[in-house]
Amino acid sequence: MKALKKVIQNLDPKFEKGGKWEKMYPLYETLSTFLFTPKHVTEQGSHIRDGVDLKRTMFMVVIAMVPALLFGIYNTGHWHYELQSYLNPEQYGAYSDYLTGFGDKVLYGVLQVLPIIIVSYGVGLAIEFVFGFVRGHGLHEGFLVSGMLIPLIMPADVPLWMVGVATAFAVVIGKEVFGGTGMNIVNIALTARAFLFFAYPTAMSGDKVWKSGTSDVIAQNGGVLPDGASGATALGDMASFVGDSPMVAGEALSASMSSADLLQKFEGAYDPLHAIIGMIPGSVGETSVIAILLGAGLLLYTGVASWRIILSFFAGGFAFALLMNLIGANAYMDMPAYYHLIIGGFAFGAVFMATDPVTASQTQYGKLWYGFLGGGLAILIRVLNPAYPEGVMLAILFMNIMAPLIDHYVVQANITRRKKRFKTA
Amino acid sequence: MSKAVRLKKGLDIKLLGEADQVKVEAKQPTMVALKPSDFHGLIPKVILKEGEKVKRGEVVFYDKYNKDVKFVSPVTGTISEILRGEKRRILEIRISVAATDEAVQVNPVDPSSISREEVKSTMLANGLWPFVKQRPLDKIADPSVTPKSIFISAFDSAPLAPDYDFILHGQDQFFQHGLNALAKLTDGKVNITLNGKGASDECFQNAKNVEINKISGKHPAGNVGTQIHHFDPIDKGEFVFTLNPQDVVTIGKFFAEGQFDASRIVALTGSEVEASARKYYKTIIGARLDTIIDGSLTNDNVRVVSGNALTGKAVEKDGFLGFYDAHITVLPEGNEHKFFLTEGWLAPGFDKYSSHRLFPTWLTPNKKRRLDTNLNGEQRGFVVTGEMEKVLPFDILPMQLIKAIMVNDIDAMEQLGIYEIAPEDFALCEYVCTSKIAIQEKIREGLDVIEEECM
Repeated sequence: MKALKKVIQNLDPKFEKGGKWEKMYPLYETLSTFLFTPKHVTEQGSHIRDGVDLKRTMFMVVIAMVPALLFGIYNTGHWHYELQSYLNPEQYGAYSDYLTGFGDKVLYGVLQVLPIIIVSYGVGLAIEFVFGFVRGHGLHEGFLVSGMLIPLIMPADVPLWMVGVATAFAVVIGKEVFGGTGMNIVNIALTARAFLFFAYPTAMSGDKVWKSGTSDVIAQNGGVLPDGASGATALGDMASFVGDSPMVAGEALSASMSSADLLQKFEGAYDPLHAIIGMIPGSVGETSVIAILLGAGLLLYTGVASWRIILSFFAGGFAFALLMNLIGANAYMDMPAYYHLIIGGFAFGAVFMATDPVTASQTQYGKLWYGFLGGGLAILIRVLNPAYPEGVMLAILFMNIMAPLIDHYVVQANITRRKKRFKTA
Repeated sequence: MSKAVRLKKGLDIKLLGEADQVKVEAKQPTMVALKPSDFHGLIPKVILKEGEKVKRGEVVFYDKYNKDVKFVSPVTGTISEILRGEKRRILEIRISVAATDEAVQVNPVDPSSISREEVKSTMLANGLWPFVKQRPLDKIADPSVTPKSIFISAFDSAPLAPDYDFILHGQDQFFQHGLNALAKLTDGKVNITLNGKGASDECFQNAKNVEINKISGKHPAGNVGTQIHHFDPIDKGEFVFTLNPQDVVTIGKFFAEGQFDASRIVALTGSEVEASARKYYKTIIGARLDTIIDGSLTNDNVRVVSGNALTGKAVEKDGFLGFYDAHITVLPEGNEHKFFLTEGWLAPGFDKYSSHRLFPTWLTPNKKRRLDTNLNGEQRGFVVTGEMEKVLPFDILPMQLIKAIMVNDIDAMEQLGIYEIAPEDFALCEYVCTSKIAIQEKIREGLDVIEEECM
């Protein structure tokens, strides 16, 4: 280690201003500051500084995502083989059980998810480097998190080129045009997802993308899914209840069924325990509430994520779901409120997306409003506009835009309160 | 009515190297210096030339834009050098100390018996006025304004801060005399804020002619800014004067004895000072520090700070004590690379202290630590929110105020409370900032803009 330290110490001057390789400074800075906290000392103001830096903060978020990632890898494999079990009952019949073929499932999941991660980081970091060179600084840490978030909110079957295009779009338009890490207005990872959602809707929604390999199975089975198989998500099924042809897990139901019967069918297919463990199809990292809460625990324990946002996001979602229950105009509105919190991307959005400090409200009170309204809006979009089964993404993006407005009112309240002191005094 | 306030916010950074409560005489310095940089925004007009003799208490320079504000020599001696920097800005006026001491003598007077104008002119003419600072702006008070109140903090809550109860013990008489003089300057009250955590020295407790308040909590409870905010907040157009307790004694002594006594008790602290040398030293304002720290340091790679670790000024080992400082901190210099797995950003971090719970050390908040001057990271844009709010016990939104300063929005700065704050109040915000932004400097920039545009 000492030898490496010496190398760095000798190399430092060559990359500094006026040095031989001055132009390569951003690259060198990135690599050397990754390996070594630089020897920069405080020059003005406080002589001692907190031990924390952005690298550690961001890395903690990446660690917090690991449980969701690991579960997502397994879950991707599981649903792939679950579908195979219909096509190939002799070979894979037992694989619809959770633990049978665990190794195969993990292997498949890794092969499916790892490339997405590589593309996301590869494209994103390359672009960040280019902008770093233009601006003369090394890599800023923000993308460490975005690069991991993007794969976790994609369907496992998403074409890699789409991941690349979406990442490029998000990093350039979502972030770098505003000035880079800390300057963006909307969440980078959600920008990537929203881009794909609107540009390539067939790859991001419907009932053919959520279980890896669905299209292959359809092709092999003569253009339709095998009997009994389904490619839909819980939210997709729920949305179908509002239309004319309700479905649950591939089974067509009669449109004349009562809400209660529909919901009973729904709970039969997606019972709450499975939803909490994560044994339901969905985007890679979003399904397991337990894995997400493990990450949330770490983020809250270390104080990296705001408990105000997470708590109020769940509270807002629950409150608005109860409100829907009260209205109760259709089966979707009648769905028990807690269900909303455990299916789809709600928990993932609350813990990893809404808490992005750059795009969330920055004031303490603002965070409560931001979370509450975000969670509530997610439910409203889900229930009232079934064309967008996943309301969380749109709700958070919308709240990102609204966050400065919320902060504005909190700041105004502070100003008024402070003025008042002088009037009463 | 005396008031008591408990603060919930703040942060005590526990450092190794507190000074033992022992007073010793420092070696008599052969050289002292007055540093115009100790007084923000001051342009000095020096009236003595190099080589001229000067008596203790004799005027050396005055404020170019406020000619009444005079600065006097703390010693008898000869102006040995006027050190200039860029654009011929005066950095230091060095005075070599003569063997025999001779002071400018005026008639002692009881400040209670004279008028405000007489107190003021005595203080201005004899170099006592620079001890009086004003809020807003945190600079030498403008003698033409009448403050609504005067604040003196009876304690310092900064890391390794000197104990004023110990320093002022037995100085009751001079302290009271100084308070009487200050009481003349304001239509309101002279406020002394005691540390609510424990008993204060008699000279504070028994002080007359003042309002005594109590505040308890973590740093920055001891900052006058915090105290003013909670007891008598400043609105636009209002002024509050602030003083250090030791300087009140100097003022009192002048009125009692008719001589400028620049002696000062200074705490030598820090992990890089030999334990046996961590004491309180009796020295004088502007003393060359080698008279105190020579032979007392454990190693060479250190930073000597005149003041505390959060707000002090770095000086050379043979540099000079700051005008307002009663504190020297010696910190290890952190000018070394730290490998990411063992000491850097991915290390377990048992040697790091953080207000964030990202290091295991948050479990042992009372352990005293040896913290170095490494920035512990690189400067970034603001990312993390909510961290500054935890250490700023003001009803002020720190992030919003700092951003208002960055974009030079004067209206927002005024509304968000810039009149109430000084850079030192934001020192902890700077300490905790994950993005390593120089916040105290930003605050000062904001105050400079306000001074230029609004005062």
